Amino acid sequence: MLTKRIIPCLDIKDGRTVKGTNFVNLRDAGDPVELGALYAEQGADELVFLDITATVDNRKTLIDLVRNVAQHVNIPFTVGGGISSIEDVSALLNAGADKISINSSAVRRPELIDELALNFGSQCIIVAIDTREISVPIETISHQENVTGRFGTERISTHDQKLMTEHIVHTHGGRKPTELRTLAWAQEAQERGAGEILLTSMDADGTKAGFALDLTSTVSGALSIPVIASGGAGSMEHFQQVFTTGKADAGLAASIFHFREIGIPNLKNYLKDQGLPIRI
Amino acid sequence: MNRAFFIHSLSNEMKTVIIKYNAGNVQSVRYALERIGASYLWTDDEQEIRTADKVIFPGVGEASTAMAYLREKGLDKVIPTLTQPVLGTCVGMQLMCRFSEENNTQALGIFPVDVKRFPSGSLKVPHVGWNNLYDLKSPLTKGLTENPFVYFVHSYAAPVNEYTVASCDYVVPFSAMLHKDNFYAAQFHAEISGKEGQTILENFLALS
Repeated sequence: MLTKRIIPCLDIKDGRTVKGTNFVNLRDAGDPVELGALYAEQGADELVFLDITATVDNRKTLIDLVRNVAQHVNIPFTVGGGISSIEDVSALLNAGADKISINSSAVRRPELIDELALNFGSQCIIVAIDTREISVPIETISHQENVTGRFGTERISTHDQKLMTEHIVHTHGGRKPTELRTLAWAQEAQERGAGEILLTSMDADGTKAGFALDLTSTVSGALSIPVIASGGAGSMEHFQQVFTTGKADAGLAASIFHFREIGIPNLKNYLKDQGLPIRI
Repeated sequence: MNRAFFIHSLSNEMKTVIIKYNAGNVQSVRYALERIGASYLWTDDEQEIRTADKVIFPGVGEASTAMAYLREKGLDKVIPTLTQPVLGTCVGMQLMCRFSEENNTQALGIFPVDVKRFPSGSLKVPHVGWNNLYDLKSPLTKGLTENPFVYFVHSYAAPVNEYTVASCDYVVPFSAMLHKDNFYAAQFHAEISGKEGQTILENFLALS
């Protein structure tokens, strides 16, 4: 039976692992290669390395790191951060990455997804979506009415903006809102050839209050490709919820693993006891 | 390279060739061999392939593109006539079959089986992640537990048939491994399937 995947995410800055709350207050959580091999040993199903600095200067450091990981880790791993071209992807896959993840660059130029899928195959292309719930105007309702006052009858126009909270795709580490609705963008990414969606709720990220279950369920239920849920994991129950109510195919978390708040073996045993398909 | 010297330098060592072709990301296979300390040659040269002790035929990506490249290089004639142990993985395995529904591709026909797309239904396609094997009958799975977990990424699969030596279930039962004479094949990615995958690769390299 196909199992639900547990994926530790290692945020990388200058070749080291970092993770902070809502992407600020970075704390050093260790050597990425050592940590990745340890997680693989403990039963992690995949690893994600996210280069959060992703400048040109850091590119070589990242490639070296990827090669080093490939030489030591025997489970699939994904590399993301600052990837915007076929050349970037080629360099990372050549260094031994199994999959790559793209985010802002795909929003900027959606054709990139098609190009990468065509060149390297959908199976190694993950589209990462950072989403936040914000109020957006969905329609403007104009009223016109005749108002009769002391000086006669006047025709008055009023315009009401109808607002609604919507899940909107954000870029730049979740800081910059786009025009894209999250579900529509996830569907477009799938159509263009994404192999998986990594869905991060920026509202839940760092809160440890649980994954965004409704959103994850909506997106995962509407897609035929797997959805990796990210953001908000704080307890073992949260993973159980995201795999059942949230319909996620995989759950990703960072700090709770790095700071040993939850051990991967304990988590996987717990989920298996809850009746979920889990690789032990 | 001086060929004579090359053969001499390998005289006491096994020669493993990974067939080089445009089948997407095959680097993982190279790193997996490095992790188990096996040397290899990555080549599309017919002579090098024919003189190897072991041949690995990897593959990810799309079947018809990969097959077109094999034809262009003449490898479609070479691979089915090899006599040493050959291991095809993922799309490599699918191309060792007769036909793939993926863009209606006529393949190498080593296994007289047609590769079909998973029926769409309640489960997602592609089949991505760790799934367990059963009915293990391959020398490559020697030493593994009864239902080992391995890592899959695919939308097409060969049905269970007389050459099936490991099965797996996803929507329908399918062939996770095939074996016929000197030809071995695995639908999953042994190279990134943890210790179990490593054992499978080691068992293949240890075949006589």
